Amino acid sequence: MTPLLSVQGITKRYGAHIGCADVSFDLYPGEVMGIVGESGSGKSTLLNCMAGHLRPDAGSVVFDTRGHGPRDTVTMSEPERRMLGRTDWAFVHQHARDGLRMGVSAGGNVGERLMAVGARHYGDIRDKAVDWLERVEIDASRVDDRPTTFSGGMQQRLQIARNLVTGPRLVFMDEPTGGLDVSVQARLLDLLRGLVRDMGLSAIIVTHDLAVVRLLADRLMVMKDGHVVENGLTDQVLDDPQHAYTQLLVSSVLQV
Amino acid sequence: MTPSSEYNFAYLDEQTKRMIRRAILKGLAIPGYQVPFASREMPMPYGWGTGGVQVSAAVLTPDDRFKVIDQGADDTTNAVSIRTFFERTAGVAITTATTEATVIQTRHRIPEVPLTEGQILVYQVPIPEPLRFLEPRESETRKMHSLEEYGLMHVKLYEDISRHGHIATSYAYPVTVEARYVMDPSPIPKFDNPKLGDCPAIQLFGAGREQRIYALPPYTQVVSLDFEDHPFEASKADHPCGLCGAEDSYLDEVIVDDAGGRMFVCSDTDYCEGRQAAGHRGKDAA
Repeated sequence: MTPLLSVQGITKRYGAHIGCADVSFDLYPGEVMGIVGESGSGKSTLLNCMAGHLRPDAGSVVFDTRGHGPRDTVTMSEPERRMLGRTDWAFVHQHARDGLRMGVSAGGNVGERLMAVGARHYGDIRDKAVDWLERVEIDASRVDDRPTTFSGGMQQRLQIARNLVTGPRLVFMDEPTGGLDVSVQARLLDLLRGLVRDMGLSAIIVTHDLAVVRLLADRLMVMKDGHVVENGLTDQVLDDPQHAYTQLLVSSVLQV
Repeated sequence: MTPSSEYNFAYLDEQTKRMIRRAILKGLAIPGYQVPFASREMPMPYGWGTGGVQVSAAVLTPDDRFKVIDQGADDTTNAVSIRTFFERTAGVAITTATTEATVIQTRHRIPEVPLTEGQILVYQVPIPEPLRFLEPRESETRKMHSLEEYGLMHVKLYEDISRHGHIATSYAYPVTVEARYVMDPSPIPKFDNPKLGDCPAIQLFGAGREQRIYALPPYTQVVSLDFEDHPFEASKADHPCGLCGAEDSYLDEVIVDDAGGRMFVCSDTDYCEGRQAAGHRGKDAA
């Protein structure tokens, strides 16, 4: 089986400082990979390198494209990479404001990706937008409201709808539940889990919340100081941590 | 009026005109592409047509016959002062007749009388970037143009329909040029959009403050953006002209008293006067 995404030796330095160093892994179709670690451990740098937002200093990110098979996205041309970014890839930002157009209605936000890949029938675009709002549990009557009138949890769900409307195969998520209260978090996680299973999505989730990876991720990578210190199946890593840092991380979760 | 000898021909120095002509030629070579140019300070405020004036200055020759219109009219302050400016600094012949003019500088309208080969239409442009209000970063809009990523333009039209039930953008209506660049046609009413395409005249667009020049060579394909189920429609007030009775021209609504009285008149004064001289009369004609 060809991996959907094959990351080899990704390294990114900020001057003398290491962002992330020599990270390699394979992600197979339908698999959800979690990346955990403390602030500054290089999780977001790694995610941005993989999603094409940052150019890594070394390494390759080979994606199994629909048309041309495995291609290295680091060396492919920018138009191709941006095309991937709005078709086969999706990026869910931590702050919904970064991923949404706040001055554009919810329907317009969801429809943007459709129009970006050539949809030119207003009725169809709108039907799809309404359908997706319902799938992320936003009432269809809010389709013409701006995201500024939405609550934080709704904005995050809208961002997810906007990203998934073109049927991507790989979703990058940067702390998708950060900044939401726990009950909203739980519902969002439930929704994400349903969508990932139903659509057969592969996802890479960066978070510092171990509960999120426990619920969503099949595999887990633990990062510290830019290096991967441990990886394996989620339950295995969380229940039987081997590396001292992972042990610290797992034991520092508050038990209620 | 005798031309002043204090100025170089058409006010600008030759090197500046040369620089502007280079930008114009590049613009003509890549229809719809915004060419940056080193816009000069002009003896008028930004927003009054500094871009158009510089383009006019660069294309005028002593043999030209110059016409200026502002919202279609030859007799408004802006039109009169720009016309006088070139009369004084270039000594060119002036006219108000569209058919006689070789260079026409315009703000917000295309003349009703079809333009012909050999004529140049110069537009004054306030904001040349059609994506500006959707994407504030210049670096990003340039990239979007170069990669032909124009989905965002349709988001604007989508918002129009979702809010108003139809495409409510009525001026500065975005167009695609030769199936490549999306272009802002300057704030002309969308009634004029169909005249942009397949036009025998050269159309030049100058934005002074934003330092951009773009162009449509003769007989360029220009298509207004729309949706399949909400096609583009060139709209105008549904009345005949009150003075000349024309039913095919773009109309201004004029309030005539304090009791809600109004009349609709051609915004193109030359067209309206020409029709009146030919004996056409509207219902409000004295």
